[in-house]
Amino acid sequence: MEIYKLTVEELLTLFRDGKLKVEEVINVFKERINKIDENVKAFISVLEPDTPEIDAKLSGIPYALKDNILAKGTRTTCASKILENYFSVYDATVTKKLKDSGAILIGKTNLDEFAMGSSTENSAFFTTRNPWDLSRIAGGSSGGSAAAVACREVPFSLGSDTGGSVRLPAAFCGVIGFKPSYGLVSRYGLVAFGSSLDQIGPITHSVRDTALITQLIYGKDPNDSTTVDIELDFLRDIEEGMPGMKFALPKQFLEDTLDDEIANALKKLIKILESNGGKVEEVDIPSLKYVVAVYYIIAPAEASSNLARYDGIKYGLRSKKEDLNSTYISTRGEGFGEEVIRRIMLGTFTLSAAYYDAYFDKAQKVRTIIKNSLNEIFEKYDAIISPTSPVVAPKIGEIKDPLTYYLMDLYTIPANLAGLPAVSIPIDFQNGLPIGIQIMGKRFEDPKVLRIARSVEKALDILDETGHLPVPEF
Amino acid sequence: MIEDKYGITIGLEIHAQLLTSTKIFCSCDANVFDREPNSSICPVCTGQPGALPVLNEEVVRKAVMAALALNCKINRYSRFDRKNYFYPDLPKGYQITQYFYPIAENGYLNIKIGEGNKKIRIRRLHIEEDAGKMLHSSDNITQATHSLVDLNRCGIPLIEIVTEPDIESPIEARLFMEKLRDILRYIDVCTGDMEKGALRCDANISIYNKETLERSSRVEVKNINSFRFVEKALDFEADRIKKMMEKGERVEQETRGWDFSSRSTVSMRSKEEESDYRYFPEPDLPPLIVSEDYINELKEKLPELPDEKIQRFQSEYNLLEYDATVLSSSKKLADFFEDCVRLYNNPKRLSNIIINDLLSLLNEHNVEIDGTKIRPEAIVKIAKLIDSSKISASNAKSILEETFKTGKDPQDIVKEKRLEQIDDEEFLNKIIEKVIQQNSKAVEDYRKGKKGVVGFLVGMVMRETRGKANPKVVSQMIESKLNES
Ligand SMILES: [Zn+2]
Repeated sequence: MEIYKLTVEELLTLFRDGKLKVEEVINVFKERINKIDENVKAFISVLEPDTPEIDAKLSGIPYALKDNILAKGTRTTCASKILENYFSVYDATVTKKLKDSGAILIGKTNLDEFAMGSSTENSAFFTTRNPWDLSRIAGGSSGGSAAAVACREVPFSLGSDTGGSVRLPAAFCGVIGFKPSYGLVSRYGLVAFGSSLDQIGPITHSVRDTALITQLIYGKDPNDSTTVDIELDFLRDIEEGMPGMKFALPKQFLEDTLDDEIANALKKLIKILESNGGKVEEVDIPSLKYVVAVYYIIAPAEASSNLARYDGIKYGLRSKKEDLNSTYISTRGEGFGEEVIRRIMLGTFTLSAAYYDAYFDKAQKVRTIIKNSLNEIFEKYDAIISPTSPVVAPKIGEIKDPLTYYLMDLYTIPANLAGLPAVSIPIDFQNGLPIGIQIMGKRFEDPKVLRIARSVEKALDILDETGHLPVPEF
Repeated sequence: MIEDKYGITIGLEIHAQLLTSTKIFCSCDANVFDREPNSSICPVCTGQPGALPVLNEEVVRKAVMAALALNCKINRYSRFDRKNYFYPDLPKGYQITQYFYPIAENGYLNIKIGEGNKKIRIRRLHIEEDAGKMLHSSDNITQATHSLVDLNRCGIPLIEIVTEPDIESPIEARLFMEKLRDILRYIDVCTGDMEKGALRCDANISIYNKETLERSSRVEVKNINSFRFVEKALDFEADRIKKMMEKGERVEQETRGWDFSSRSTVSMRSKEEESDYRYFPEPDLPPLIVSEDYINELKEKLPELPDEKIQRFQSEYNLLEYDATVLSSSKKLADFFEDCVRLYNNPKRLSNIIINDLLSLLNEHNVEIDGTKIRPEAIVKIAKLIDSSKISASNAKSILEETFKTGKDPQDIVKEKRLEQIDDEEFLNKIIEKVIQQNSKAVEDYRKGKKGVVGFLVGMVMRETRGKANPKVVSQMIESKLNES
């Protein structure tokens, strides 16, 4: 039995039966990190955790946090020079919940600076590599969190998803990435990028683990006014299958000719759904044409404001100059990378008084239209299906034009704009590279989305002989 | 004359600090006056990464109370927005305010001008957070080698009140501010202390030529930190603009600051230098929805306001307008007065003691009524002693003063100090005879028809008895004595 291949549920069972000790498991994963991470480069910090024996739901399970989620006393860099030496002064709500559940934080993972990007190439420190092909990107922005789970350096991790940042790297790395409904998981202690879009989600290698972790981290938080008070059970009906369910496949997602391997993966998904009692229909959602445009107005606008606090005054990098204004300019000029600066400038522009109506305000209106048209679909359908990404993981450095990356977010962005739950699950491998598909549901029907994902997972033909998703060789 | 030729138009923007126990978006103590710098702070109010605001319900309650007291329409739906700008005292790089949808609009306040009332309309009232404080190493920022930042004040809840340009003179501006202060104090929403920054005022002023209707650019005057300066600064600015118009000079649209030391306004920035605040909806806070029930509940809780109280005191207690106004100047004083009336139904007498004796005592010691040992019972006892002719009205203050210092019962003080009025005629007779003997000239004058000397003789008797004689009795006795002989 190879311990690192086990799911969270399996590890918990072995703990409970006394067949495994916590220290043993922690050591297995730490050795794994020691052995693999110099190649994959998923981690910004590896921690020396205490292993308190507490009687709780996740006792003894190691995990990793994307390095834009705070854990008191640890460095939280956001993969930015401006926060390179920032130590968290408090625990994020998710961190506190996992700590109280007995989970053990063993590292903080790499990302695109401030979660802005789809590749982790925008990390100020290094690029995380795809465990299936080290010359390729792991995806982003939660690339470190996805790669760490993909090569089983941890059994699960948390990422953050503003426009697909959990789902895209999960798809590129062959693991499961879930973005819960907006308002389900507290954002307190998640370094803000696009506040109306950001949501923390788990990355795992089993859908049941995804449900288990979400169950523990979700819930109304008095520290986050955008969380909702709602009771959900993510595991109760997860094995119930999907008889009679109807799935919508938006025409707009097929218009740009898909790569063959992606088109084939989609066909494979449709087949699985139909052979398990589901029904798939093509639908027309014209407003989906505008999702990328709307997203790249709203997210940078919010980001330009959210990142104003990194000014060299209170904490973080300060590049001191003779007066205040020059200190601001030089601190922010040196502290932020190219992509972050690009987005701050975009956002500053679209929010300026002369352009507010033409850009930000209009984008908000279109966002409402997109939300409404998606909600209409959910009156007739149980879920919307699509690929997670129009391509497989590109080579590191291959894509130079930021717009190419922006357009890759086409399938993932709608869930953020409309606050919907969406999960990416591996469906196939082509030329040794994983391909993910996405299931997107109605807001707060997160358990149903995971139930569908679980049904698909059971029908997958890529699982190994022990029923696990495949693991890259190291 | 230059004064008659020009008219003045003034609009005010007032920031009032709400009296809440905690800050607007976190649970830090909101009472930060004179606190050690950076001792009432947390991740939220210092803008740590990942921290989020949570709206304090007490802030909403106090803002709605203020809006109701200012006759505003409460918006059931309002929202928060971010005002973006960089400054070291603004840790998030934006201020959370209400720009697009304020909590209240369309109110008014009546101010008293001469015999009449004038209505000053209020355009809007909104909720926002305060910024921190900069401490420069030198009094003059341009000479400072460094600056320190105190974030205690970050997140102190404020309401901003914006008037319509209905104010037509610097005096009206001051009267408006004073009236506003009284009301905010009445409803316990703000201390109203301008010197401590709990109430701050910026003014927009423009001048127009009454004949040609030519109007100057609008000038914003900031840093007005006392009620006196509201009038002074605007007087100065109105004069400055008038003189420029008189000379045919162009008045710049700009922001000027009141400079205390030079007693003048100085230019802070021109219109071109004004920043673009890039307002947009605050995504971290849901819209603020207040129910009709909530508004009605607060309406019920709203105490009687000064204007209504002055009216009622006149009609219910038969007081003069002046007395009613003095008693209504603070809610505490008015309540104290009514507590007294409840115990003893002689409003006129009680009002006299409170206005003539108690208030001067409070002023001398610079305290408010609830900061003393004087209870309504004490005032009532004094009133009863006067009404039953046990003491003279002129002794009330010295008794009050003793009660003020020691908390002793006025009756005991009267006994101890032998202040009881003497109406023992046998005793008084002796003194009166002595006085008449010593003032034969006065007696002669009386006989010549100068009846006024009686008052003088009564005064002499009062002096002899150290104020304890009952002046009414003494006066009667002297008169009959003078007439009989
Ligand atoms: Zn605080």
